[in-house]
Amino acid sequence: MSLTLTLHTQPEVPLEAEAIIPERFEGMSAARIAATRLLYGNRGAALGDFFHVEGQADGELRVAGDCARIKRLGSAMSRGRLVIEGNVGMHLGAAMSGGEILVEGDAGDWVGVEMLGGRIVVKGNAGHLVGSAIRGGRVGVRGGEIIVHGSAGNEIGSSMRRGLIAVGGDAGDFTGVNMLAGTVVVLGRLGWRTGAGMKRGSIISTNPAEMLPTFSFACAYRPVALRLVLTHLRGLGLPVSDEQIAGRYRRWSGDAVEMNRGEVLLPDR
Amino acid sequence: MSMLRIVNGRIYDPANGVDGEVRDVCVAGGKIVADVAPEARRLDASGLVIMPGGVDIHCHIAGAKVNLARKLQPEDHRHDVHPRTAITRSGVGGTVPSTFTTGYRYTLLGYTTAMEAAVPPINARHTLEELHDTPIIDKGFYVLMGNNVLLYKLLEQGRRDDFRNALAWWLSASKAYTAKLVNPGGDEAWKGRRNANITKLDEKIESFSLTPQQVIGALIEAVDELGLPHPAHIHCNNLGHSGNFETTLETMRIADGHRAHLTHIQFHSYGQVAGKSSNNPTSRAKEISEYVNSHPNISADVGQVMFGKSTSMTADAPLAYMLARFGGDKWVNADTEHESGCGILPFTYQDRIYTHALQWAIGLELFLLSKDPWRMVFSTDHPNGGSFMSYPRLIRLLMDSEFRKQEMAKVNPRALRQTALADGLDREYTLNEIAIITRAGPARLLGLASKGHLGIGADADITLYEEHEDKERMFGAPRHVIKDGQLVIEDHEFRAHHEGRVLHVAPDYDPAITEVIRPFFEDYYSIRFNNYAVDDSYLGRHERVPTAKQRATGT
Repeated sequence: MSLTLTLHTQPEVPLEAEAIIPERFEGMSAARIAATRLLYGNRGAALGDFFHVEGQADGELRVAGDCARIKRLGSAMSRGRLVIEGNVGMHLGAAMSGGEILVEGDAGDWVGVEMLGGRIVVKGNAGHLVGSAIRGGRVGVRGGEIIVHGSAGNEIGSSMRRGLIAVGGDAGDFTGVNMLAGTVVVLGRLGWRTGAGMKRGSIISTNPAEMLPTFSFACAYRPVALRLVLTHLRGLGLPVSDEQIAGRYRRWSGDAVEMNRGEVLLPDR
Repeated sequence: MSMLRIVNGRIYDPANGVDGEVRDVCVAGGKIVADVAPEARRLDASGLVIMPGGVDIHCHIAGAKVNLARKLQPEDHRHDVHPRTAITRSGVGGTVPSTFTTGYRYTLLGYTTAMEAAVPPINARHTLEELHDTPIIDKGFYVLMGNNVLLYKLLEQGRRDDFRNALAWWLSASKAYTAKLVNPGGDEAWKGRRNANITKLDEKIESFSLTPQQVIGALIEAVDELGLPHPAHIHCNNLGHSGNFETTLETMRIADGHRAHLTHIQFHSYGQVAGKSSNNPTSRAKEISEYVNSHPNISADVGQVMFGKSTSMTADAPLAYMLARFGGDKWVNADTEHESGCGILPFTYQDRIYTHALQWAIGLELFLLSKDPWRMVFSTDHPNGGSFMSYPRLIRLLMDSEFRKQEMAKVNPRALRQTALADGLDREYTLNEIAIITRAGPARLLGLASKGHLGIGADADITLYEEHEDKERMFGAPRHVIKDGQLVIEDHEFRAHHEGRVLHVAPDYDPAITEVIRPFFEDYYSIRFNNYAVDDSYLGRHERVPTAKQRATGT
């Protein structure tokens, strides 16, 4: 049985759990794992104050219970697999560089903020600022994939430089704001001001959307890259239809206030 | 207060002619004394170098613009957290640390006094509040008077007495230490109209029949007449522009025998290649250095550039705008109802970039060509040229010519060829000279009689360093730091909390001047005149440093 942490006490204020990553517990006894220090509000706490520890670390770490108040799970992890069986709080997988995180429930804001590599899959919905830069930073996601099966909030992929963010449901406003490069795919509807301030990069939606006046229509075509990206996403279990893969897309160039080198692809219908 | 006898340490106290002698230092009542009772605590300083606490003559550590710089760069703080301990409070570092961290980190480098160099008078209250929260060190600030509309009007009308009285009123009302000039004549124009600035000292200042020359001359003279402990503190026009060394020389000539302090003079020592289309700067450190060497009325701090991240924050808003256009990163301009300008942006100095490497080299040239360390003192214009945390590295660059050569090999060679460094300038600063440029010199230039030395009656601000071949290591972590007689750092650990003093002046003025100033406030300020002056409750622990006249008359 892989190592399992089961929440037995719901924290009253957010619990900062950046120490909970699979690689950290390799070769540790249950007692030592339970003694791991976490920040609880402005005080310290032990992991065991909130979780039962069972099983052996075998590269996979499972976290059970409603972790909506538990933040920073999987921060900076570089390998292994973290499975969260319920919901999870903010800053999931912040700055992670490798490995995989799977969330069965919903995730809070800032999923995969400033991540470098690896993959995060959220089966439910995610909050705002999925795969973005932390406020003040110039660069968000530098690599890796974030796959949200449900919907996500505002400012997805803000300032991202590389990597792939895909949302199966709808996205909020300012998708890909200040993007430097990389790819954002939204299978549902986009909110307002998509791609505002983007320098380069691709934002793709399979539904029509209203563009900012600083984006200009370039052409309608069947981009080869899009077919590859959507096929890849279908392989990961997102509901992509054959029509979407084979369809024509309208290319909007922008943002004109940032040299017009980015693109937004919307279905041509 | 506790008594202390420090024994067996090697003392560097250049103000009293002590150069590496081993002798005792006695401390009682927060002061250096001749002797203490035998039961006084003994601190063994075998193998340690003892110097007076460091004095930073020019840095930006408190006030509205510093706080804006903090708000502008949350990313700078996130990775440099300074956690709370039993004695110290929490905070964040980066190039613009929070108030508490600023005090602690200065102390950790053996500095016990630092002067905030640019505060518009209207922000004096905010600055004093932040200085109050900057622990351990003594501190003060220079108030920006070089772009003051009322002073300009009085000067224009030839009312020199009113001009001097108004200046004295402003210094007293803001609890400042001296008058600071920044780009005199340029800022007000820039606030009114994009890209307006002054480039020549005999150019007419927009909306006034005045030139920067007249403003600079009048302020230098008035500060001298008021007998302030520190002269007018001048950030010359044309900072950072190729060919600006002529403006700098002209500014020094305006002083005409009066005392004047030229700050971060490195940024003002640039030449220009004649007849070339390239606008790349060249080094004119030699000319500037020669002028300073031969004019004892002039003093300067270098404003060394250190490679890496810095924050450019200046009352010279047109300069900030120019820099922001180079980098394309975020910047902020905040000058509404300031008696000055203000521009801030993150900046990174890179050794491979021609201009940056040249700036770095010019700073070193100025240090190495200086003949009088008492008048060419140490600064990086923190955080403009680099954080004060880079001071130990700069000391090593000055003391260790081998290390300097290693570092020179890394920088843009085309820039280096322009400078005297390429001619094998292999001077090495001695510990005594370092003690002058980092403590004794600045203290003397600031007119702080009880700082920067270890003579009887001096403030017991003392730093004890472990002697080490690697000077960066040595100056980066003193073993003990004593502030006002209290061992605040012992064996590299904070042992006590201490609150330093605010150093300020209160020059005498004719009270009738308020009736000249009041109508101006009623016409133009949105703050009421009676609410403007900072009252004494904002000073907390403080020390009024007397003017020459006050000292002579004992008032």
